[in-house]
Amino acid sequence: MSEASELYQRLLAGDRRAAARLISMVEDGEEGAREALEELHKHSGRAHIVGLTGSGGSGKSTLACRLAQEYRARGKTVGIVCVDPTSPFTGGALLGDRVRMQELSGDPEVFIRSMGSRGALGGLAVAINDVINILDAFGKDYIIVETVGAGQVEIEVVKYAHTCIVVTMPGAGDEIQAIKAGILEIGDVFVVNKADRDGAMRTLADLEMMVETKPGGVGAWKPTVVATVALEGDGVEALVAEIARHYDFLKESGTLTRKIVGRMKAEVLAILSLQVSEAAGRALEDGGVASSLVDRMVERDIDPHGAAAELARELDL
Amino acid sequence: MAAHVRVFLCKPGLDGHDRGVLIVGQALRDAGMEVIYSGLKQTPDNLVEAAIQEDVDVLGLSILSGAHMALIPRITSLLREREAEDMVVIAGGVIPAVDAEVLIRDHGVARVFGPGTDTHDIVDYIHERLGI
Repeated sequence: MSEASELYQRLLAGDRRAAARLISMVEDGEEGAREALEELHKHSGRAHIVGLTGSGGSGKSTLACRLAQEYRARGKTVGIVCVDPTSPFTGGALLGDRVRMQELSGDPEVFIRSMGSRGALGGLAVAINDVINILDAFGKDYIIVETVGAGQVEIEVVKYAHTCIVVTMPGAGDEIQAIKAGILEIGDVFVVNKADRDGAMRTLADLEMMVETKPGGVGAWKPTVVATVALEGDGVEALVAEIARHYDFLKESGTLTRKIVGRMKAEVLAILSLQVSEAAGRALEDGGVASSLVDRMVERDIDPHGAAAELARELDL
Repeated sequence: MAAHVRVFLCKPGLDGHDRGVLIVGQALRDAGMEVIYSGLKQTPDNLVEAAIQEDVDVLGLSILSGAHMALIPRITSLLREREAEDMVVIAGGVIPAVDAEVLIRDHGVARVFGPGTDTHDIVDYIHERLGI
C-alpha cells in the first residue's frame, strides 16, 4: 500500500497524525498526496467553511478561538487553518496564532494547523484548498480559515469560503477606508472587535452605514455588523448566530450551490495555473526547451506576448 | 514547493521567561524555517497534541524553571505513546550538564543548548540532524 492510501485510510478512521502528515504532503507539493486527495474528495463537502480576515492586530486569532469554543460547547467539531506570511527573503515564518488559542489546545476535536504563506508560484491557494478539503473529509463540522487578508491569494481563499467574516477594530483611523478598498465586497458578516475601546460606536456606525449603502439586488444577503470583545467572549454568541443565519440564507436562497460551484472553479483554476506556471518556468530555465525564447526577447527579436504565445504552443496548452 | 523545516518552540510548565525562546524563534525563521510558538505555560499533553497536529520535524523545549527533569521525560514519553518519537527533541534554558546528560541518555532528547549558545549552532544542528 502506498504511503498516501495508508494515510487516507488512517485519516478516515480518525487518526490525527495521519491528517497532519497529509497536510504536510500537500503543503510541500508532494505528488503522492494526489492519490489520497482523490479519495478524500468523495468524503468532503459537509463542513461549513468560514473565512476570517482583517488587518493584523484586529483580533482574528482570539476570535477564531472563541468561535471554536462556542461550537465545541454545542457539540460540534472544528478545524482551524491559520495562514501567516512567509518572509519572501528567507522563506521562514513565525507562526504565532496558537498563542491566542491556548484554551483550545488539548481538545482533540479541535484541529489547528498553522501555515506559512510560502507563496511560490501560486502554490498557496492550492495548498489552502487542499487543507480545507482534508479537514472537511476528516469530519470537522466547521472549518475556520484565518488569513491577514493582505495579498490576492488570501483574499481569494476567504472569498470562496461559505461565510466570510471581516474583522476590524475601533481607533484604527483609516481602517474603514482600507476595508472599502477590496474586502467590503466579500464580507458576509462584519465584526468590530475590541468594541470596549474608545471610538467603537463610531466605527460600528461607519461600517453599518457602508454596509447599508452597499449595492445589492432584491433578495440579496444584507451583511450585518456585530460588535465583539473577543478577549472577554462578549458578542461571540451573536456572531455565531449571524454565521448560522447566513448559512441558512445560503441554503434557502440557493446561493450555497453557487458558492460551491464558484469554489470548485477557483480550485481547478488555481491548480492549473500552478501547473502551467511551473511548466513554463522549467521550460524557460537555462537548458529548458524554450530557453532560446528568453535570448530572443533580450535581442528584441520577439516581445513577451509573442514569447508567451510560442511557449503556450510549445507546452501544448 | 520544497519541503520546509517545521519547528515547534514550546514553553512547558510554569515558566514565564520567553526572551530566549523568542530569540531562537527569530533565528530559525531567518534561517528559512517555519517556526510555530506555543505561548507560555503549556502542559506536556497539550504540547504533544499540538506538535502532532502541526506535523513538526523538531520540538524545541525552553525551560528556565528548574522543572526540566519532570517535564521533558513526560513530553518524550507522550511522543513515544503517540508514535511520534521520530520528531527531534532539543531543549534549552537553564539545564545543568548532569541533567542534560540524563535527558540525552535516557529520555530521547537529541541535544541540550545552554545559555550563551550561538543561534547559528542551533540552525546548523537542525539542518545536519534532518539532512535538509
